[in-house]
Amino acid sequence: MDWEILIQNILNALQWGSFYALIALGYTLVYGVLLLINFAHGDIFMVGAYVGFFFAILFTGNSFLQLPFDIPLWLVFILTVVLSMIVTSFVGVTLERVAYRPLRRKGANRLYVVITALMCGLILENGNLALFGASRRMFPELIDKTIYTFGSITISNIKIMVIITAFVAFIILELIIRKTRIGMAMRAISYDRVAVPLMGIPIDRVIVFTFVLGSSMAALAGVLFVTAYPVLEPYMGAIIGWKAFIAAVVGGIGEIRGAFVGGFLLGFIEIFVAAFFPSTLRDLIAFSLLLILLSMKPTGLFGVSRSTKI
Amino acid sequence: MRKQSKRNAFVVYLCLLGMICTPALWAKSSTIIIGFNIPLTGDIPKVGEGSKYAAKMLEDQINNSGGLLVGNKKYPLEFVFEDNEAKAESAIAASLKLITQDRVLGIIGPQASKQAIPAGEICDSYKTPMISPWSTNPQTTKDRPYVFRGCFLDPFQGPVAANFVTSEFKAKKAAVLYDIASDYPKGLSEYFKLAFEKIHGKGSVVAFETFTTKDRDFSAQLTNIIRSKADVLFTPQYYDEVPLIVKQAHDLGWKKPIMGSDSWGSAELVNLCGNDCKGLFFTTHYAAAGAKGKTLEFIQKYREKYGYTPDDVAALTWDATRLMLNAIKNTKKLTGSTRKNRRAIKDQLSKIKNFDGITGKMTFSSEGDPKKCAVVVRINNQGKFEFFNSVCP
Amino acid sequence: MHFLRKYQYWILYILFSLLIVFGAHQEWVDAYIQLVIMYIGINIILSSSLNIVNGYMGEFSCGHAGFIAVGAYVTSVLNVWLFASDRIFGPAILGEYWALILFPVTLLAGGLIASLVGLLVAIPSFNTRGDYLAIITLAVNYIVKSAIENMQVIGGARGFMGMRKVVNAMQDVWDIPWMMVFILIFTGLTVWIIWRFVSSTYGKGIIAIREDEVAAEIMSVNTRGMKMTAFMLSSGLAGIAGGLFAHVLGYINPGSFTIMKSTEVMVMVYLGGMGSLSGSVISAVLFTILLELLRPLQVFKWVVIPLMLILLMMFRPEGIMGNREISDFFPQKSKRN
Repeated sequence: MDWEILIQNILNALQWGSFYALIALGYTLVYGVLLLINFAHGDIFMVGAYVGFFFAILFTGNSFLQLPFDIPLWLVFILTVVLSMIVTSFVGVTLERVAYRPLRRKGANRLYVVITALMCGLILENGNLALFGASRRMFPELIDKTIYTFGSITISNIKIMVIITAFVAFIILELIIRKTRIGMAMRAISYDRVAVPLMGIPIDRVIVFTFVLGSSMAALAGVLFVTAYPVLEPYMGAIIGWKAFIAAVVGGIGEIRGAFVGGFLLGFIEIFVAAFFPSTLRDLIAFSLLLILLSMKPTGLFGVSRSTKI
Repeated sequence: MRKQSKRNAFVVYLCLLGMICTPALWAKSSTIIIGFNIPLTGDIPKVGEGSKYAAKMLEDQINNSGGLLVGNKKYPLEFVFEDNEAKAESAIAASLKLITQDRVLGIIGPQASKQAIPAGEICDSYKTPMISPWSTNPQTTKDRPYVFRGCFLDPFQGPVAANFVTSEFKAKKAAVLYDIASDYPKGLSEYFKLAFEKIHGKGSVVAFETFTTKDRDFSAQLTNIIRSKADVLFTPQYYDEVPLIVKQAHDLGWKKPIMGSDSWGSAELVNLCGNDCKGLFFTTHYAAAGAKGKTLEFIQKYREKYGYTPDDVAALTWDATRLMLNAIKNTKKLTGSTRKNRRAIKDQLSKIKNFDGITGKMTFSSEGDPKKCAVVVRINNQGKFEFFNSVCP
Repeated sequence: MHFLRKYQYWILYILFSLLIVFGAHQEWVDAYIQLVIMYIGINIILSSSLNIVNGYMGEFSCGHAGFIAVGAYVTSVLNVWLFASDRIFGPAILGEYWALILFPVTLLAGGLIASLVGLLVAIPSFNTRGDYLAIITLAVNYIVKSAIENMQVIGGARGFMGMRKVVNAMQDVWDIPWMMVFILIFTGLTVWIIWRFVSSTYGKGIIAIREDEVAAEIMSVNTRGMKMTAFMLSSGLAGIAGGLFAHVLGYINPGSFTIMKSTEVMVMVYLGGMGSLSGSVISAVLFTILLELLRPLQVFKWVVIPLMLILLMMFRPEGIMGNREISDFFPQKSKRN
C-alpha cells in the first residue's frame, strides 16, 4: 500500500466530508426538534453560497455598487461568511414561518409538512434559476492560495481551513447543545414535545433558534464550498443536500455527533471508491454500504431507538 | 341534486376535452417555422445563448428584407426556441414538441452530443430534417438519413489532438480525465487514446480516469494522474467543468501542459477559469482573431449587437441555419403538407455542394457529415483565444 | 339491460378507447395530443400504483422511480434484443408477428422483475416505519439508478435506444397506433386490478395497517404478507408503466428516473387524495394537462407548480378527493330484494 497516496486521499476525504458534515448537522438539528426532514436544507446551502457570492463581489468592487474604500481581501472573506450566515438564517426562519408553522398550528400530518419542504426546496432552486439566469458564476478569489508539499503529498491552505472550520463549528454546536439553557430546551423538545410547553418553555422561540443554527451551518458550508470549488450553479444544493441527508440518517438522525460522523463517513467512502474504482461505481457502493448499515442498525450509528406505548 | 352534479361532471369533461384539442387548431402555414433545440438552462447555458443570439440575428436580417424567397413567394421566418436543459430526456421532449406541436420544417440542434444523439433518433423516426451545428460524435448522424451536422467529427479531432501534443509538448505519455456519463467526452477520449497509442505504442496513455457529470471534486482522480507521471493531461470537457479540473490539478501540483477540445471554446471559459487557464491549448472549429471576409462581418455584427466576441457555437449555428434555409429555398415550392415539405428539404440538404459557410466550405457526405478543418487555439496571457495553427483532412 | 348496467363502466371505457384509437389512426388529433393522452395513461398507472403503498397503507415510499426504471430497462432490453436490429445486440432474432404477440409478455416480465426489486423495500419495512423507511426507499432508488449507470453494455448513463424500431416492427404487421392501444389496455387493467385489490380483504388489511399496525397484528391481520403483497403489486405496476413509457419515448436513460420523478409521482398521489383511487386517476389527468398548459412559462413552470402545491397543502391538505371515491358521488341504487 502506497502510504503517500493513502494520506493524500485521507486529506481529500476529510475536506470533502466536511461539507457533508456541516450540512448534515443542519438536518439533524431540525429533525431533533421538529421531527421534520427539512428537504429544503440542501437549497439553503445553495442560498448561502449565492448570498456569499453577492456579498463578495459587492465588497471587492466587482458589482454595480462601488465602495469608496478598499477592503483587504481576508476581511472581505470574514465579512462574507458572517453576513452570509446571518442572511441565510433569515431565509431559513422565513421558510419556517411561512411554510411550516401554519401546518404545525393546524396539527397537520407530518407527511404534508415534508411535501411542503420538498416543494419549498424546488421553489428556491427554480426561483434562483428564473431570477438570476442560468449562467455559471465564478466566486472571486478571496484567499491567497498557498500549496504545501510534503514529499508527494500536496495540500492547499483552503483545504486545511475547511477541515478546521468544520471541527470548530461542531465543537461550538456541541457546547451550545450541552451547556446552554436553550440547548437543553432543544434536547428536551426532542424527548417529549407535549410536556415541554407545559413547563413554560417557549417552543416557537426554540424552533426559530434551531432554524437559525441549522441555516447558518449550511451557509458556512456554502461559502466554504464555493471558496474551494468556485463555480456556482442553481442546482448545486440538490444532490449534495440529498447525500448529506442520507449521511445524517446513517449517523443517527437527531444526534449531532451522528450527523458529523456520518458526513465524514460518506466523504471517505466517496473519495476512496473514486480512487480505486471507476468513478461511476461511487454512488452505487456508497448507497449500498449505507443501506447495509441501516438494515443492521435501523436507527443509525449513534441514534437511539424510540419505543411507542401501545 | 344528483342530476346537477352529473351534469356538472359532464361539463367538466367537455371543458377538459376542449382544452386538449384547442392547440390543434392553431396551425399556421404561411410562415416558415424552424425549431431550435438548445441548452438555455442547465450545465452549459452559454452554448444555448450563443446559438439563440446567432439565430435571432439571422432571423432579423432575413425578415427585415421581407422574408425568405422560395419559388416566387416570400415567406417570413419564425424561429421557435426550446430549452433542452442540457439533459437527454428534455431534449427528446423538446424535439417531440417542435415536431408535433409546432410542426416545424426542420430542427437546428441540439448542440451537445449527449442530447443530439437521442434527439437525432426522434427526428429521424418522425422524418424531420435536423442539423446539429456543434455535435462531433459520429453516432449523431450514423444511419440516420434525416440528420446532418455542421462540424467535423471526433475520429478526426482525436488524432489532431494526439499529433499536436506529440509535436508541441514532445509528450510520450498522456493522461486523460473525462466524463464517462456523457457521449462526447467518452467518445473523444477513446479516439484520442487510439490515436496516441498508434503513435507511441500500447500503454502510452498511462492514466485514463473517469468521473460522472455534476461531479465537483476530482482530487482522487487527479492524484492518480499525477502519480502516473504523464507528460500531458487531455480533458475534453465542457466550459463549466474545465475551470474546476484545471484549478484542482494546479492545486495538487500539476505543472505540465493541459490539452483541451472544442468544448472548451465558450466565451465564458476564461471568466470562470481566470489565470489558471492562461497558456493552455485546445482544438476548435474557428478562431475569431484573424478572421477575414464574411467571417469578420459576422463577428463584428454579433459583437456590436451583443457586446462580446461570438464563440464557435454561434458561428456554427449561423452556418447551420443558413444551410437549412438554403435547402428550403432550393425546394422551389412549399406545399401544404408538412410531411412532403420535410422530405423535400432533406433531399435538398443531401445535395448541397460547397456551401460557403463562415466556418469553411461544406459538402455533406452520404452520412450527413461535412469535411472541415480544425484549428488549434492558445489561450494567451490576456485571456483571449489566439489562433495557433490549423489542420485539414 | 341488466348486463349493460352491471358492466357499464367497462363498456363506457371500451367505447372511449375505441374512439381514441380510431381518432389517432385517422389523425383527427395530431401527434402532440396523442402523446399527451399516452402520458396521461402512464401517469394514471403510476399514481394509482403508488397510492396503494403511500395512500392505503400509509407508508412513506419515495423511491417509486427506481421501479419504473427497472421495468423500463428490462422491457426495452428484451424487446430490442428480440425484435429489432441494434448496434449492441445485432439483428433481430424473432420476426414482427412475434413482436406483436410477445410485447405484452415482455411488459409483464418487466413488471415482474420490478416487483422482485420491490421486495428490497418490502423486507426492511417489516421492522421500520416512517422516516427510516423513507430513507431506505430513497437509497433503493439511488442504487437502481447507479446500477444502471454502471452497466456500460446497455449504454450506462448515456442511455438506451432502439424501442422505436420495435414499435415500427409492430406497425408493419397492422398499421394502427399500437402504443396507444397498449396504454389504454393496461391503464384499464391497472385501475381494475387495484380496485379489486382494495375492495378485497387485502385492501381492508392494508388500511388496518395504516390506522394502527400493532392492533392489526393483534387482530390476526397477516401484516407481513399484506405488506409484501402491497409493495410487490405497487412496484410491479410501476414497472409496467416504465415499459410503456420507454416505448412511447423511444429512448431511456437513468437521468429520467431520479428523485425528481419520484417526487412528481408522489405529488400526483397527494394531490388526488391518499387512499382514493379515483382521486389518483383524476389528479394524474389534471397534473399532466397542467404540466403541458404551463409549458409556455418555461423556467417559471417549476416555481408555479410547487407554489400551487404548497397552497394546496395549506388549505386543502387532504387533496382533491380526500379518501372518498367517485362512486360516493354517484351512489348506485340499492338492489331490491
